[in-house]
Amino acid sequence: MATSLGSETLWLIILAGGVGTYALRLSFVALFGRLDDVPESAERALRFVPAAVLSALVVPQFVYTDGTLALSPTNPELLAGALAALVAWRTEDILATLVAGMAGLWVLTFLLG
Amino acid sequence: MSSPRADFLSGVRVAAPITLGVAPFGMVAGVAAVGVGMSAVQAVAMSIIVFAGASQLAAIELVGQNAPAAVVVLTVVVVNLRLVMYSASIAPHFQRQSAKWKAALSYLLTDQAYAISLLKFENDEETSRRWYYLGVAVPLWVTWQASTIAGVLLGARLPPGLQLEFAVPLVFLAVLVPAVTDRATGAAAVVGGTTAVAANGLPYNLGLIAAAVVGIGAGLVVESLASADSDETDDADDADEMGDREEVA
Repeated sequence: MATSLGSETLWLIILAGGVGTYALRLSFVALFGRLDDVPESAERALRFVPAAVLSALVVPQFVYTDGTLALSPTNPELLAGALAALVAWRTEDILATLVAGMAGLWVLTFLLG
Repeated sequence: MSSPRADFLSGVRVAAPITLGVAPFGMVAGVAAVGVGMSAVQAVAMSIIVFAGASQLAAIELVGQNAPAAVVVLTVVVVNLRLVMYSASIAPHFQRQSAKWKAALSYLLTDQAYAISLLKFENDEETSRRWYYLGVAVPLWVTWQASTIAGVLLGARLPPGLQLEFAVPLVFLAVLVPAVTDRATGAAAVVGGTTAVAANGLPYNLGLIAAAVVGIGAGLVVESLASADSDETDDADDADEMGDREEVA
């Protein structure tokens, strides 16, 4: 799935994404003293960003195959994803999760494919 | 008793085991970037300039789908919004640093550097804020760049058919699971994930942003219901996880 975005566009993405991210990091460190604190409502909302965003990144990858919804027990990605979720929950370890998920995917693709 | 050198090294010691967990993540970022057709230089530049793993992988996904640049950048910012929370939380400890140091220390702010340093700062008045934080953050930065480069080199040599793109959601999953700490964050995850599936066909690849907004909303709703429910039980529902069953305290 090679991208058709041009080199200039990719550089623009990298630079703008970097500037935006840096602004977020610097925000309160630079402003402290001039701004009292994060508004409480914003702080409450920010707490949910990781869970909401990461889940939104993960789930479609497991349930879609080639652009179509595949909620069947013969979808190797779904099964390998479930296995990896179990390992992530028990170990909270990135490498263990990666190994379990990839090994699961290869075995299941071989068995079901 | 506490010298810059000693404080730096004590940060390094705490960060060392964590760099082992960061390395595979960085490699995936390198492999994935060249996998969607970014150049090796762009892949490494992204790790240096953006320096935020989850957002880089999200951006790489979208680049692979030829999403509009504005959507990719907006997604990076949304994924990284949590950094504002860290910035606010660690700011009092950096208050006495010069503007230049504030600028430099901010660049190195990551989930891990934040969590480790804050824990130390809250329990120790003596330790140099600057040097302990650098001791934690610099090894993480070096690991991230080195592992990205390793991933780029590896990615260019890997045979096709290994389905390595699957490593990306696996890394997200490994970061997601520990982020679900109670019923409200569980709701944010379940609703965010479901919305992302439902919104998969949205124009301009806006599905992720829509899912983030709806998921955050769900977390807020569940949290306010829970606090209205149990004013005196004092947030003891830490051990709960994803499948949120109704068991009113």
